[in-house]
Amino acid sequence: MAGIPHDHYEPSSNGEKWLHKRLPILGIAYDTLMIPTPKNLNWMWIWGIVLTFTLVLQIVTGIVLVMHYVPHVDMAFESVEHIMRNVNGGHMIRYFHSNGASLFFIAVYLHIFRSLYYGNYKAPREVTWIIGMLMYLLMMGTAFMGYVLPWGQMSFHGTAVITGLFGAVPFVGEALQTWLLGASAVGQPALNRFFSLHYLMPFILLGLTIVHIWAFHTTGNNNPTGVEVRRTSKEDAAKDTLPFWPYFVIKDLFALAIILAVFMAIVGFMPNYLGHPDNYIPANPLATPSHIVPEWYFLPFYAILRAFTADVWVVQIVNFLTFGIIDAKFFGVLAMFGAIAVMALAPWLDTSTVRSGRYRPMFKWWFALLVVDFIVLMWVGAQAAEFPYDWISLIASTYWFAYFLVILPLLGVLEKPLPLPETIEADYAAHYASKTGGTKTIVNPAE
Amino acid sequence: MSHADEHQGTRRDFLYYATAGAGVVVTGAAVWPLVNQMNPSADVQALASIRVDVSGITEGSQLTVLWQGKPVFIRYRTQSEIDAARAVDLADLPDQSAENANLAVGSEATDQNRALPTPEGSDAPDGAWLVQMGVCTHLGCVPLGEQGDFGGWFCPCHGSHYDTAGRIRRGPAPTNLPVPVAAFVDPTTIELG
Repeated sequence: MAGIPHDHYEPSSNGEKWLHKRLPILGIAYDTLMIPTPKNLNWMWIWGIVLTFTLVLQIVTGIVLVMHYVPHVDMAFESVEHIMRNVNGGHMIRYFHSNGASLFFIAVYLHIFRSLYYGNYKAPREVTWIIGMLMYLLMMGTAFMGYVLPWGQMSFHGTAVITGLFGAVPFVGEALQTWLLGASAVGQPALNRFFSLHYLMPFILLGLTIVHIWAFHTTGNNNPTGVEVRRTSKEDAAKDTLPFWPYFVIKDLFALAIILAVFMAIVGFMPNYLGHPDNYIPANPLATPSHIVPEWYFLPFYAILRAFTADVWVVQIVNFLTFGIIDAKFFGVLAMFGAIAVMALAPWLDTSTVRSGRYRPMFKWWFALLVVDFIVLMWVGAQAAEFPYDWISLIASTYWFAYFLVILPLLGVLEKPLPLPETIEADYAAHYASKTGGTKTIVNPAE
Repeated sequence: MSHADEHQGTRRDFLYYATAGAGVVVTGAAVWPLVNQMNPSADVQALASIRVDVSGITEGSQLTVLWQGKPVFIRYRTQSEIDAARAVDLADLPDQSAENANLAVGSEATDQNRALPTPEGSDAPDGAWLVQMGVCTHLGCVPLGEQGDFGGWFCPCHGSHYDTAGRIRRGPAPTNLPVPVAAFVDPTTIELG
């Protein structure tokens, strides 16, 4: 792979040479595993492994759940109860799968905010960022469709709300919604097709994971300083980096073990903590649960969806300017998708040449506020749509957009960044030299 | 590779465009069935019309029936609910259209245009019967009856308030609850659809 100079795979045995001439698969595996990785990566760089692990966990538990699940409106709920009560170990497999979704989103949010703080999205890593955003969208679609399958009250009415978003599109909305549902209302056609897509989409995610890794292996990892690895020579590069195996694999697996310990505790002792009791009531089209709330990981964007009601002046102006084509309902939908779109555009909205927030004294505070904002949105998304929560969600939604559309472009001009370290090696030495007794690192440990 | 300046080149360009055009048409023809299979199937499309016995509904109560997969509210309104709905100034309504499938598009959202005409031989007062879809026009939740700031319906999902004529008064929902095609076939039976 291009990028940081390093030793490439050389087939040694005759068998390896024979295979390498015909299919260089061992070479790809070796170069991927031995990729030079900045040696100053901190603990926020472990979420990629957690995400990969979780994707595999979800696919494996999902495949076995499908062996017992029936995608039919009359049987879906009962087949899930059948899994919970009768299938050998079924309740644990299902709890792993349902809580696995939460682990997936915790990890992806930390992964995304890590990248927002350290400027991982900036050139030349925009493609990695965009693919990541696509994966995030796909994850949300997959999680939503998976939540429909148990066919409980929340499944049913959540589907009505989310497919209603598409119904808000001007002119074609109703036809689009009918097409998605296969009927004028949520029912058998919707359940059946969501099941099909819920099975398909994780495999697309798996494919995108490979492209995501391919992209950042081409550009090289970013790191907490945002300073590039020296590419002037193999020796210089080696001073800034360590091979991914074994250094980072072992570190990441250690972090994964700790995270899984917490995860296991949740699955074992409080498996329904993150769910809603209403979803243990079979779907009933005639009664909406008194308080419809999406799963916690959708709450920030759900809050943005609800924030823009018809009495907000921005909505009224847009409504007037578009001759009523964009009403409050469609505005809310646009705002929700727009919130993700502005995040995806961060590489082009951020005008600062300094990547890492560590050397950006003003950015730091705005970023901290964005994290708080995200948590506030998550909290307010679960509250009733009334005073004062409507005002809080409106202010918090406004800050989300302001951060990406106003603050990021302006900071690049207004802010005076702190001096950057010369090299990763220099930064590393400044932090660890005294404690570890030198910067000499064994690049090739005993194998 | 363009051959526009050569005689036989224009012929080749033509073949490129013709092939590309044929390819697009064939791809579209192949994709369309895959898209269209997701539209409602024949049995779903088959227009269902149902008859509902409303003799058991007493004044001030509501029957919810499932029609074409969606709930329909059939309410026998009290005189005070009717009076409250009739007292509303039309200018106060966010949606001034009756949204009544039995009337011409764009009819005014007066209470008379929302309610189902009381059949002859019924002892219910004029405007007592209100038949409407029980699906919030915001994002499709089922509103709750006799709640909200206007004494009509309240959607718990995103806080839309409807008045006693099912008209949107406050909240994110853009339009009044739609009135489906409905008529009394005899004094105690309503036909939907």
